[in-house]
Amino acid sequence: MSDDREDSNQTAVEMGRITKRFPGVIANQAIALDVKAGEIHALLGENGAGKTTLMNLLCGLYEPDEGEIRIFGQLMRFRSPKDAIAAGIGMVHQHFRLVESFTVAENIILGQTKGLWRDSPQRLHAHLQTLAHQYSLTLDFTARIWQLSVGEQQRVEILKALYRRARVLILDEPTAVLTPQEAQDLMATLRHLAAQGTAIIFISHKLKEVMALCDRVTVLRDGQRVGTVAVPQTTEQELAQMMVGRTIKRQRRTDPPERLPQTEPALILKQLSVMGDRQHLALRAIDLAIYPGEIVGIAGVDGNGQRELEEAIAGLRPFSQGELWRTGNLAHIPSDRYSMGLLTEFSIAENLVLRDVQHPPFQWRGLLRLAWIRKYAVDLVQRYLIRTPSVQTRAGNLSGGNAQKVVFARELTRHHQVLLAAQPTRGLDISATEFVHAQMVARRDAGTAVLLISTELEEILCLSDRIAVLYEGRIVGMMDGASADVHQLGLMMAGKTAVGHAQLADQTPSFYPAEADRRTRD
Amino acid sequence: MPWEQVLTGSFLIALLTAGIRLAVPVLLAVLGEIITERSGVMNLGIEGIMLVGGLAGFVTAQTLEQATGIASLAAWVGLLIGLLTGAAMGLLMAVLTVTLKTDQVVTGVTFVLLGQGLTSYIFRRATGLLGARVTGLQSWAVPGLSTLPVAGDILFNHNAIVYLTVALVVLCWLLLFRTHWGLELRAVGENPAAADTSGLRVQTIRYLAVMVGAALAGLGGAVLTVVQLNIFTEGIMAGRGWIAIALVFFSRWHPGGALVGALLFGIADALQYRIQALGFKALPYEFLLMLPYVLTLVVLVWGSRQSNTPAALGIPYSKGKG
Repeated sequence: MSDDREDSNQTAVEMGRITKRFPGVIANQAIALDVKAGEIHALLGENGAGKTTLMNLLCGLYEPDEGEIRIFGQLMRFRSPKDAIAAGIGMVHQHFRLVESFTVAENIILGQTKGLWRDSPQRLHAHLQTLAHQYSLTLDFTARIWQLSVGEQQRVEILKALYRRARVLILDEPTAVLTPQEAQDLMATLRHLAAQGTAIIFISHKLKEVMALCDRVTVLRDGQRVGTVAVPQTTEQELAQMMVGRTIKRQRRTDPPERLPQTEPALILKQLSVMGDRQHLALRAIDLAIYPGEIVGIAGVDGNGQRELEEAIAGLRPFSQGELWRTGNLAHIPSDRYSMGLLTEFSIAENLVLRDVQHPPFQWRGLLRLAWIRKYAVDLVQRYLIRTPSVQTRAGNLSGGNAQKVVFARELTRHHQVLLAAQPTRGLDISATEFVHAQMVARRDAGTAVLLISTELEEILCLSDRIAVLYEGRIVGMMDGASADVHQLGLMMAGKTAVGHAQLADQTPSFYPAEADRRTRD
Repeated sequence: MPWEQVLTGSFLIALLTAGIRLAVPVLLAVLGEIITERSGVMNLGIEGIMLVGGLAGFVTAQTLEQATGIASLAAWVGLLIGLLTGAAMGLLMAVLTVTLKTDQVVTGVTFVLLGQGLTSYIFRRATGLLGARVTGLQSWAVPGLSTLPVAGDILFNHNAIVYLTVALVVLCWLLLFRTHWGLELRAVGENPAAADTSGLRVQTIRYLAVMVGAALAGLGGAVLTVVQLNIFTEGIMAGRGWIAIALVFFSRWHPGGALVGALLFGIADALQYRIQALGFKALPYEFLLMLPYVLTLVVLVWGSRQSNTPAALGIPYSKGKG
């Protein structure tokens, strides 16, 4: 026991005055970080604060320009991930680094093998089973990665690191893709690993998780270290302030909508079924009605039909069954802003007029009126606080937040009755998120019917007037936004229960607005 | 067409025997391209590499045969030089596409033009090449098996390079699916970022895969000139390099599929020669020349329904962007 204690006080990672520059940016400026064996250490900061760069330096993807890295006291110089792996560093990236068409076992052993011939699957699986058992992780080693849920894929990544004898485990925003229950499981696993002496670096911007899980927190802002504090000696408010550099208030920003009893829904989905890319039924008989002046949030874990729902409503995917009714125009904030929302090679001005460029005043007898377009774009850039050197800047060069503002500016300035926002704040920092949320609430208050599809539960709870839970292509529950219970919501997202089906029946519209645009299956 | 001449046992045996032989150069190129593409690099320069390998092999074999008079030694050295020439062109291709990250389609087409221009230039300048012939390799009947009825003639009465190529199909399959090296090669072609973070050297593996692939294409070219046609002329590959690329899709990146595809092409090619020789007048012979290519197109349409294209095919890899 006394030996264990000594072990756990050993410093596992020591990064001293680390500086990393990229063309035009200092991503890390003289950052120091120390993590002890058996400790869960949070690395907290907004997007662009330098967390990921710092960890990429630690796992050998980049080399620092200045500063030194010590692992268990030994000075290291990582030229490649291979060196870092050999030193006992394991990283679970935010976007998993797994080969989709390979089995779990193949992914785990990749690059770690000796000799020419492969082991028989039986021998390999038996060997891996022992390892998994030791860390109480359950996995089917014969399954292919694409068949697994996100939570299972994450377990593969963790086991992969442990198979490489990782003594330091880095997790980059590991809970972003999990249900609350899966996140609980992950935290239990991490505590278990820490108790066995693994040093864990937990990258996050979720304050609640950091408070619940971690021993100490290092906060980064604009590429610099703001400070390191012990979790018992701090509060969420203090951490938030360190992170943003000012006080922020996070609260429910929505008021109950004042819906007129006679109002007709602006968007109706009736028994809508849609096929996914793998020729499976991605949406199964969805019934949903969204009224003017309300935000309906679609909660659920990624991959349960969100993308198909978005594409079906936007008219990008044919239905196999059912009907969709909509009054007026649709404004669409796509989930993948770089491939669906913007033409990254086009300028900001060109992106802003993209949907209306065929109409006056942007063209005159077939010729573009560039001066007009420019003036219009400059005006929108100011109104939507888009930070850019000029309206001629390539859209692909904008940061995530500013790119999203361009999409919002284009979509919201067009006349519309329905706003479809899919994952609108994915990858955005706190201030950009606040902007996006304010825009959506403003549209709601102006009488737009807003459908918010988001895998961020916090966002759903913060904005929605009503919440529908999507699980395996079905709406398994519907609840009031103001009184929603997080625990129950989490259970529904994991498909554990289907409470709320009774209310769902009430949502099925019994009438169809005569003036509605009608689209049936193609 | 005199059907009674075609539908005889001896005609069919001769057709299949020739089909197998004609499949070999294409099959070598397809196997090479499968290895290259499994690593995520597309080498569209096969036709050019086959031409250069074919010329280098032929010149070597011809010179050596003149000097020593030992035909088989000359042929084997010629094949080796064809292989090495292909590998050298593969190295150049890898420098361009893997390190310098040039566009793989444009680079590939450039290689074809380079190969055509270079071989035509050398062929015209070196006057001794016109009409020059080599002896090539003798057939080697497999003891015991070659006396089997029908199968003995079709399968076991070829030159050594035919047997070696068939062995290479099995070897490629073992390499890709039963060795760690194959697993790593495929990982690099499916998800280079995952391979990189697993500690694999993505660029090194891609260099090797491109060089091995080009070496096999160069060898295929040399087999055609040195062993099968025994001559070199301008444009002698007649699109076999492009057929090889099409057959990679047909094979769904699998050596077994490559064998089937190359045999279909080889038999169609052999049929075209034979029908011409029989003096079939109802159809212009140009149409018969098209036969193997049309057949390739048909099998391609049929074969590409389901794809298991390497996910990172054609995409250069840069660190920290995955």
